[in-house]
Amino acid sequence: MENLLKVTIDGKSIEVPPGTTILQAARQLGGNYPPAMCYYSSLKDTGGKCRVCLVKVAQTSETNPRPMPKLVASCLTRVEQGMVVENQSSPEVLEARNGVVEFLLINHPLDCPVCDQAGECDLQNLSYEHGTEGTRYEEQRREFNKIDIGPYVQLHMTRCILCYRCVYAAEQLTDSRVHGVLNRGDVSEISTYIQNAIDKDFSGNIIDVCPVGALTDKTYRFKQRVWFSKPFNAHRSCAKCSGQTIAWMKGDAIIRITARKNAFGEVEDFICNECRFEHKQLSDWTIEGPRDMGEDSVISANKYELPVISPAVNVDAKFVSE
Amino acid sequence: MIEYKLTNKRKIMFRKPMTFMERIYLPAVLKGMAITLSHLFKKKATIQYPEQKRPMSEVFRGLHILKRDEQGAERCTACGLCALACPAEAITMTAAERKPEEKKLYREEKYASVYEINMLRCIFCGLCEEACPKAAIFLQNDVMAPASFEREDFIYGKDRLVEPLKLN
Repeated sequence: MENLLKVTIDGKSIEVPPGTTILQAARQLGGNYPPAMCYYSSLKDTGGKCRVCLVKVAQTSETNPRPMPKLVASCLTRVEQGMVVENQSSPEVLEARNGVVEFLLINHPLDCPVCDQAGECDLQNLSYEHGTEGTRYEEQRREFNKIDIGPYVQLHMTRCILCYRCVYAAEQLTDSRVHGVLNRGDVSEISTYIQNAIDKDFSGNIIDVCPVGALTDKTYRFKQRVWFSKPFNAHRSCAKCSGQTIAWMKGDAIIRITARKNAFGEVEDFICNECRFEHKQLSDWTIEGPRDMGEDSVISANKYELPVISPAVNVDAKFVSE
Repeated sequence: MIEYKLTNKRKIMFRKPMTFMERIYLPAVLKGMAITLSHLFKKKATIQYPEQKRPMSEVFRGLHILKRDEQGAERCTACGLCALACPAEAITMTAAERKPEEKKLYREEKYASVYEINMLRCIFCGLCEEACPKAAIFLQNDVMAPASFEREDFIYGKDRLVEPLKLN
């Protein structure tokens, strides 16, 4: 392996094969990798739309030590030998990211208390880290009516940040795509054009790839806040997909099924609509055990672990005889 | 019989025999009566509670109330942040979707169909009030949870928590 490229991100070096993007290299390094709202590693052609992952390239390559003139989108820029990247260490990047978050939130309604995505929302986390407390926007926000697309999915276009993830997911996972982005610029919207139903198999995955609450599960609508339900790893034998899911339980009832997501918030194995929507009985699933959502997730709040009490209590024979 | 002794530092106590004045008890009884009598003319330490009430602090945290907005619609949207903030886990709720004809009753498209606070669990810390993004729940500074003999009486549902509609 002589053609590995050495790239330095925030002072830490890693060697990656050619063709790797800066974002992928940063994720391999761990730590503070750039956030991404539109890029999805398992979907082709995603990325480059949200501009959240902007980084500063301080040195383009070994042979070309000049910095890149502007901040670049790390999800699309490929690494070069000897590239030096500044992510969290550059105040310029952080300022740009704060600006991008402010732009993303311009048309995003403040309805987190109503939204089912709250608690596992990428935009919520992003604005918590990079956003400001108030808004400077005074004009009218975009408003749309919510639309039922198909029996299982509901579209809240007001919440959409136009990341195109669901379009690519429908294009690459289902038989044929029936929705897309209509119009341009300020009036562009996700739509099925004429109230078409999204009922293709694997179409439920557009709910999981949506970084905000624009596409939500209708069978889960207002059932429970995510942090009051408990996630369990569950599986069932399914002919169409891997059947590896998370069952979200409230008491003994399964209230929602989602695909398993990795540390970067991306789905590991896309699951079919049958697993997602039609099997809500506890008997349909084999529960493997509680799923670790990470320390800093609100889903982990209020879930106290029971103290482990050893069943074999060591009793001294002397006390028993007395 | 075994004599139990903890230490050897035992001190033998000696009690003096009572004098004649002490043995007739009458001076002591009269002294006590005088103290009782003097208290009749002093300021009372107690109040007649249900009729009389002590002044309460402005920031007293008493019984919860779920407020309505200016139009009389319920402000609570069942976001669950009060229940999340609650250190005693006293709050539970179930959300429901508002129907188009219920627009006057509820402010947001989601509302709490069931909202319960267990007043026996509640420690009246006011964190729910702080967490509420919709200014829906408040702890009243002039009402306390009344006493009761039944535990069930302390689980307050929406019937007792929601602010009554003002009739104009």
